[in-house]
Amino acid sequence: MDYSGSDTVVGPASADLLPDTVTTAVKVVIVGGFGVGKTTLVGAVSEIRPLTTEETMTQAGVGVDDPTGVERKTSTTVAMDFGRISISDKLVLYVFGTPGQERFWFLWNGLFEGALGAVVLVDTRRLEVSFEVIGRLEDRGVPFVVAVNGFPEAPSYPLDELRQALDLPSEVPIVACDARSRESSRNTLMALMHYLYELAAPPAG
Amino acid sequence: MTADQGGWDGPEPDRLYVITRGRSGPSGPGVFDLVTLIVSLAEPTPAMQPEHAAILRLCRSPLSVAEVSAYLELPTSVVTVLLADLLDDGRIEARAAVPAAELPDRALLEAVIHGLQRL
Repeated sequence: MDYSGSDTVVGPASADLLPDTVTTAVKVVIVGGFGVGKTTLVGAVSEIRPLTTEETMTQAGVGVDDPTGVERKTSTTVAMDFGRISISDKLVLYVFGTPGQERFWFLWNGLFEGALGAVVLVDTRRLEVSFEVIGRLEDRGVPFVVAVNGFPEAPSYPLDELRQALDLPSEVPIVACDARSRESSRNTLMALMHYLYELAAPPAG
Repeated sequence: MTADQGGWDGPEPDRLYVITRGRSGPSGPGVFDLVTLIVSLAEPTPAMQPEHAAILRLCRSPLSVAEVSAYLELPTSVVTVLLADLLDDGRIEARAAVPAAELPDRALLEAVIHGLQRL
């Protein structure tokens, strides 16, 4: 394969350039199983066409307890979609979608480091992935809200029942979401921000 | 370059090692977060490795590490090695992300909420 060279690298369209005044970037993570609508949600809120970045794990045993200590080198590549929202002339928010299955957790170190928080996107047809994700986020101390993406053919439960089914602590918000809708997806991010705001409140009294 | 057109399956890890001259990305938290903003401080020169030059062209306006990775179609672990070269040479500025391990402060969250409201 012929490497096409960097002269052909196509950068952002001029309308997508960030002003030089931007000094701070923050990120949130949308996490859920395959097909749950992560990419759709990212696309719904992003001001740029969602981009894809790859992360590779080229060393055996990263994040995995491997008792055999084998030197076999694995190379796992996972694509992550992400989008961008300009918050002000100084601040920009990035929204990353990442798969929730355990075999992709090696991505989480770089991803959740410094993240404001996460949205767990839930498909009621496949709750088991959400269980794993929620447990993992709790272990890592990542604040999160749960958003239930409404698929027409999916069983519809009252949010209270889902809260019980997912064994969610009472303080963790759970919201309904239509990932295709910009407004609904925006409101989901807002629910996360309001929750984080409460968590950041000085203790009462 | 006359690399075999049909002899490889999938992305060639060897090519990535050539780009980084055999170095792999730092393990553990490094200088670069996915959302560290990169801004060029210098123009590319003909003597530069093409990937370095491409980064300098891309980052004339601020661009996150994740975006650089996406536009170059290179894994972030490779991109961070290249960025570290450029940072060492003083050719880019890295505007670091919000420090980890701290709950975000309320002023920052208020700003984000206001920004989202306008979306």
